[in-house]
Amino acid sequence: MALIIGIPKETYPEEKRVASVPDVVEKLIKLGFEVAVESGAGNGANFFDDAYVAAGAKVIANTAELWSMSNIVFKVRAPSTDEVSLLKEGTTLVSFVWPAQNAGLMEQLAARKVTVLAMDSVPRMSRAQKMDALSSMGNIAGYRAVIEAAHHFGRFFTGQITAAGKVPPAKVFIIGAGVAGLAAIGAAVGLGAIVRANDTRPEVGDQVKSMGGEFVPVDYEEEGTGVGGYAKVMSEGFQKAQLATFAKQAKEVDIIITTALIPGKPAPKLITAEMVRSMRPGSVIVDLAAEQGGNCELTKPGKVVVKDGVTIIGYTDLPSRLSKQSSTLYATNLLRLMEELCKAKDGTIDVNMDDEVIRGATVIKDGTVTWPPPAPKLSAAPPQAAKPAAPPPEKKSSHGHGASAPMPAKKLATVFGAGALLFLLIGANAPAAFLSHFTVFVLACFVGYMVVWNVTPALHTPLMSVTNAISSIIAIGALVQISPPLAEGVERPGGWISLLAFVGIVLTAINMFGGFAVTRRMLAMFRK
Amino acid sequence: MSESLATVSYVGATILFILSLGGLSNPESSRRGNLYGIIGMAIAVVATVFGPRVSGGLPFIIVAMAIGGSIGLYAARKVQMTQMPELVALMHSLVGFAACTVGYATYIDTSIQFNGAEKSIHELEIYVGVLIGAITFSGSVIAFGKLSGKVSGKPLLLPGRHWINLAGLLIVIWFGGSFMHAEAGSGTFALVVMTMIALAFGVHMVMAIGGADMPVVVSMLNSYSGWAAAATGFMLSNDLLIVTGALVGSSGAILSYIMCRAMNRNFISVIAGGFGTGGGTVAAAGEQPAGEVSPISAVETAELLRESKSVIIVPGYGMAVAQAQHTVYEITRHLREKGVTVRFGIHPVAGRMPGHMNVLLAEAKVPYDIVMEMDEINDDFPATDVAMVIGANDIVNPAAQDDPNSPIAGMPVLEVWKAKTSIVMKRSMASGYAGVDNPLFYKENNRMLFGDAKKMLDEVLTALKM
Repeated sequence: MALIIGIPKETYPEEKRVASVPDVVEKLIKLGFEVAVESGAGNGANFFDDAYVAAGAKVIANTAELWSMSNIVFKVRAPSTDEVSLLKEGTTLVSFVWPAQNAGLMEQLAARKVTVLAMDSVPRMSRAQKMDALSSMGNIAGYRAVIEAAHHFGRFFTGQITAAGKVPPAKVFIIGAGVAGLAAIGAAVGLGAIVRANDTRPEVGDQVKSMGGEFVPVDYEEEGTGVGGYAKVMSEGFQKAQLATFAKQAKEVDIIITTALIPGKPAPKLITAEMVRSMRPGSVIVDLAAEQGGNCELTKPGKVVVKDGVTIIGYTDLPSRLSKQSSTLYATNLLRLMEELCKAKDGTIDVNMDDEVIRGATVIKDGTVTWPPPAPKLSAAPPQAAKPAAPPPEKKSSHGHGASAPMPAKKLATVFGAGALLFLLIGANAPAAFLSHFTVFVLACFVGYMVVWNVTPALHTPLMSVTNAISSIIAIGALVQISPPLAEGVERPGGWISLLAFVGIVLTAINMFGGFAVTRRMLAMFRK
Repeated sequence: MSESLATVSYVGATILFILSLGGLSNPESSRRGNLYGIIGMAIAVVATVFGPRVSGGLPFIIVAMAIGGSIGLYAARKVQMTQMPELVALMHSLVGFAACTVGYATYIDTSIQFNGAEKSIHELEIYVGVLIGAITFSGSVIAFGKLSGKVSGKPLLLPGRHWINLAGLLIVIWFGGSFMHAEAGSGTFALVVMTMIALAFGVHMVMAIGGADMPVVVSMLNSYSGWAAAATGFMLSNDLLIVTGALVGSSGAILSYIMCRAMNRNFISVIAGGFGTGGGTVAAAGEQPAGEVSPISAVETAELLRESKSVIIVPGYGMAVAQAQHTVYEITRHLREKGVTVRFGIHPVAGRMPGHMNVLLAEAKVPYDIVMEMDEINDDFPATDVAMVIGANDIVNPAAQDDPNSPIAGMPVLEVWKAKTSIVMKRSMASGYAGVDNPLFYKENNRMLFGDAKKMLDEVLTALKM
């Protein structure tokens, strides 16, 4: 029997996102599910009831009715106490849960004997990237953080020279180059700012550069990559060096965007009140870690405050402020998860605890708390993740430098030995006339070898056709047989020879003229 | 013309031939190189015809030359650039056949008399010359058939094929012995039997080689045609033939070597044939790349291209088959006008003969300075927005680097997956000639554009122009 997916309206204040959008609803129905949407669920994200109906969903006006008819509930925010009480036994809930921070909620959910898949607990593996809602939301938060900063910042981001004077470009410093940080780098670079970024994980330096930012390292030796590609808590010495780096940046830049989070821990305090004071008036700080206490000492979660002329933005609902985009991406993440759960496409789900991804996401299974999962096996960070087993063969000189690396001595000795033996054999048996030809032959081979290595690979086809044309020099063999000057009285079967020679000349002439002509035609095409 | 004058002319021709090959070191000098070749050939032919070893028969020669020449020029004018591999293969067969006729003619020529060791050497030369000529001839004909689709591209693997070849070789050697010990004129039987075996061997050898290995085969046959000319030179005591044959022979040998290296394969194993049917399937079954492919439409492709700063196009045989090179150029020109950096990445074995892709792109007027070799461009992929793969598969397969069990492990490949987005244009999900599934298709940043390359590219172009 097809299961019903219920999509209730989010109840958290000011939450504008919705857990599924009409386009995705259509695809869920293709997977065999039925979909019920609470009336007005998508209003905040500009997806209205009629669009859901058009996609094939039922629209239910009564909240309690929706919860009671659903076998699977899709939500964005973790459910409130009221919502938990609406869950009937055996339901599967899919939403953000944050099991580490919400122990009370976990207990309530377990008591309802439901199965809970937490989108925040999807393991960070390549295979699970398509369901990684944290990345989707981080991406949006990073973008929005720049937009909010631009909104509160009194100047252009891009440098301009106008008739009314010169505008210097804004300098943006981004702390934490995770998904949100990288998105922020991209957005700020796109607006024309000079962007610098720092992260405790040195391997992200290249990613920062790839987004157009400049990586500012902390002058201290310590590896900051924790399990699963997240950051870990750093040593005291490192933290000191880090703060010194940030203090220096704070004096120089106009905008600071902080994204530093360590899973399951309060956000590290990275921007002190003193650093804020040292910033130029009019500067902006956007603290993406506000919900976990903030990276800046002065952050007020959910609020915008102005201290010493510096605007500190502590919004905790940045993805919700881009509700249409975030709903669409979140809905797609959920869809990918459902595809994993419903491989048969028959509208039923199988919570397969042997699957590493599903195991990680499942925090409660039929009323039993299964969180935390066993430690992930693979790090998502590329450098450690098992280097390709077969390293690509070392680069060899392409052309113009002889064959390649010199042969190993042993092989060379064998080659020379065989060559010497062959030469000895020839020298011992062959007549003098043959030897003079042989000399010419060997030398010509070497000349050919040297000349051909210089041919550029782009011209290999013309090389073949020109050598082909040249090999019709064999025509000479046929020419000399047509009517050689004969000594008196010597007989030869002239008819047969002439016939063979004639055929030979015709064939080689095809080759000769055709080969040169086609080479000419080809070479004429090569142009700058 | 005196003997000395003829010899000097031959030396001149030799130098011109060497200069001709040397000229191909870059496209600027290549046209002059070809001219040197033509002049050299003209000098050689004229010096021979008016030289001391030809005492008449001029009308005869002119007629033969006129017939052959007009056929050749006609073919050269008519041939499509995508058919170059076929034409070259066919021309190799002509050289092979000519070597046979010259060999036979020399053999039945009773006016040439040698004694002792010279006689044995002379007969050995005839024997070897005809042998190589016959193999080149039949091998090239089959290669022509395979390249033009008249013969199936699949390798034909007879049971015990190595034993058949070995038996053939032994018979050839045995008859070689009897041929050399035969009385004057009575060795014809041995010569004919050997020719038959050589012809069969050529057919069998090329039949056993798969489509993707064709670049090696074509360059190998190129090499053979050179050796055939050299053998003929020994037979006729003609240094010009020897030198030219050696030049061509070593050129083909080097090309074969380059092609083999580009596939990380051993020359012997290519010649032994059967790639993509033996070990390939076993390993492929074990390591099925997991995941799903994300298709993309032509309009979305156009969007992606338009929004990127730098694009690398990787063409393969599929582009040649679909004759899509002109559309590719139109797209390139359009993007370049918009300020997008477009370059081409060419794998050494892309296509069916060495340099095949370069010729096609040149025909479509793509400037050669944006057409790069694999080694030149591989480091640039991470800084590239879109890598577009047109009708290529094995040459962009990451399994060659990641999966030591893959049949193509260790083969150098173009690292398109390092670009921000890669788009693979393909007719279907079928695997390449190597029979290996391609993990590239399942990568997160890869998109598949299914359909005929020409048709899809036309749609992309239309969308770009909007």
